[in-house]
Amino acid sequence: MTPRVVFPNKVLPYLLVAPQLAITLIFFYWPAGQALYQSMLKEDPFGLKSKFVWFDNFAKVLSQPAYVNSIKVTVVFSVATAAVAMGVALLLAVMAEKVVRSKGFYRTLMIWPYAVAPAIAGMLFLFMFNPSIGSVAVLLRRLGLHWDPVLDGTDAMILLVVAASWKQISYNFLFFVAGLQAIPKSLIEAAAIDGAGETKRFWTIVFPLLAPTTFFLLVINTTYAFFDTFGIVHAVTGGGPGKATETLVYKVYNDGFVNLLLGSSAAQSVILMVIVIALTAIQFRYVERKVHYG
Amino acid sequence: MKFHGFAAAAATLTLFSTTTAFAATQITWWHAMTGANAEVVDKISKDFNASQKDYEIVPVFKGTYPEALNAGIAAFRAKQAPDIIQVFDVGTGVMMAAEGAVKPVAEVLEGAGMKFDKSQYLPGIVGYYSKPDGTMLSFPYNSSSPILYYNKDIFKKAGLDENTPPKTWNEVWDMAKKIKTSGAAACGYTSTWLTWIHLENFAAWNNVPWATNQNGLEGGTPELKINAPIYVNHFQALADLAKDGTFKYGGRTSEAKQLFLAGECGIMTESSGGLGDIVKSGMNYGIGQLPYDSDAKGAPQNTTPGGASLWVFGGKTDEQYKGIAAFFTYLSQTDVQQYLHEKSGYLPVTLAAYEATKKSGFYEKNPGRETPILQMMGKEPTENSKGVRLPNLPQVRDIQNEEFENMLAGKETAQQALDNAVERGNAAIKEATGG
Repeated sequence: MTPRVVFPNKVLPYLLVAPQLAITLIFFYWPAGQALYQSMLKEDPFGLKSKFVWFDNFAKVLSQPAYVNSIKVTVVFSVATAAVAMGVALLLAVMAEKVVRSKGFYRTLMIWPYAVAPAIAGMLFLFMFNPSIGSVAVLLRRLGLHWDPVLDGTDAMILLVVAASWKQISYNFLFFVAGLQAIPKSLIEAAAIDGAGETKRFWTIVFPLLAPTTFFLLVINTTYAFFDTFGIVHAVTGGGPGKATETLVYKVYNDGFVNLLLGSSAAQSVILMVIVIALTAIQFRYVERKVHYG
Repeated sequence: MKFHGFAAAAATLTLFSTTTAFAATQITWWHAMTGANAEVVDKISKDFNASQKDYEIVPVFKGTYPEALNAGIAAFRAKQAPDIIQVFDVGTGVMMAAEGAVKPVAEVLEGAGMKFDKSQYLPGIVGYYSKPDGTMLSFPYNSSSPILYYNKDIFKKAGLDENTPPKTWNEVWDMAKKIKTSGAAACGYTSTWLTWIHLENFAAWNNVPWATNQNGLEGGTPELKINAPIYVNHFQALADLAKDGTFKYGGRTSEAKQLFLAGECGIMTESSGGLGDIVKSGMNYGIGQLPYDSDAKGAPQNTTPGGASLWVFGGKTDEQYKGIAAFFTYLSQTDVQQYLHEKSGYLPVTLAAYEATKKSGFYEKNPGRETPILQMMGKEPTENSKGVRLPNLPQVRDIQNEEFENMLAGKETAQQALDNAVERGNAAIKEATGG
């Protein structure tokens, strides 16, 4: 049982949390409320004629084949991005831990890419993988691989996942390094004395003890892939070819700001909000239980 | 939300500058011009401000075409609309549907006691920016037309005559194959803006309907006609050429220009407004008319204008409207139009400016610069060639692009792709017009 803390002053605590509450109200509840209201309106772009249609926009959105496609695209993209970004970061962190000399130098190098804005990261990869002028694309062609992200949906998705995870690897790396350092050396040494090989030590000791970090990163990376990758999609593929890389967030933008379907766009963002609230709740309720915090 | 913020910030800025100005009435002009074209905007505004004392034009750069349009819409909703906004061709239908939000340019000019003489302007352009009853709605600022560019060095290498650009699409296909098979270049032909060039202008140039209701100009709920045999044959030819790389797809907008500039493709169709980059690259290029379909009767007809026009928002003071009218009158002056045409590569909008440019010997020195004007002016426009208009053209173009990409990737035949584009496009149009 945790002891209950009672403040003697009745007003002060509320005053102290007031700034945070105000920020949440202004930057979350107010826009979210507006989105909810807008999602039930049918109106022209200029707002000259508007009609309250209840849940019409939601019904229409959910019955669109394009929306279902967008959900599939988002799931593939998020799972792939989170898996690649976390897998590579973990590998690099474990390797960096083994380096004896100039550890700090390597670590700094690994963290650098995080300072690059998503849209710029997207542009970098766009250039490298550009079918006609990109350096990587030329290499792929020499290897006899057909590379055409402009028309091939799978190639476009691979390009997006690579660009999106490259940026996130640094962030994950940072946390994995910190997590690795928190693991007592004595445990690993004891296992080594008992004759456990390197791979065995990693899977039976290091990996389980890293679980809290891994879980935290899973939440962060999923949210990142869902929301923060708009800039990359916008710069690299624009949702194409066809609708092969149109993620949910990109569809909200495209329907709202390009196609000027404000009601539909608002309805989609409300659905997105519900999805993320649900995802976070599930992650904390079920996944966290299995995490061993040591 | 973000855009509301922008609008508010812009409005605050405008407020501050208003207090510092003296007697002159300020007129804000939101535009989407970059590079050399932005310099033209600034120069014209500065010259106008210096030419009189009553009004001051304040140009504000608002990002790309779609961004500028969105900023204008958001500002209107926040009751902070600018006086003049530059809207690209595709957004024309959106603005036209917003009756009450915009004030027709004809009314602005007449209200200020000025006479608006339509006959002074290039007919193809004025027709596009007018209501079905002929009322001019927006002021044509920068207009362009698609033309054909070819790389003369590649033509020579392929054994083609460097002074004879292809005239019909069949000739384009043949020459492209020759370029590819002779090894003169990796690809024969590429094109920017497939929707604008291969559908909207293809329809006008070959005098075939793009949609019912006079291609949507009459309003109502138009139905797309782009799966007629002439389109299917055209796109099947493109799809077949794409299989071995004779035709190479660059992207939905002007990405293909890079393929041409890099010397990867020998022939390209692109906007006349894209000439600047090609001149800058120092390439040995030639210009030809937009190719036509040899099966079409009466082709070539005329092309339709792309580019952008200036719209005036409603609810401003009489004084402001007078200033706007004065500015538009200034813009129509022959020397201003001539400057704009020669500097930016866009078309002059008045006949007088065209004649003056001709007389100055500009076209002899810059061969090909007259091609887009001749294409647009060649013949009196028909029902099929006055342009296309939909309240949701950006969305319909998106649908068409998606289907083209599926077709070029080999997932659909031209017939399937165009049938899908018609079906999905018509559903979207119906939704938008409420019809």
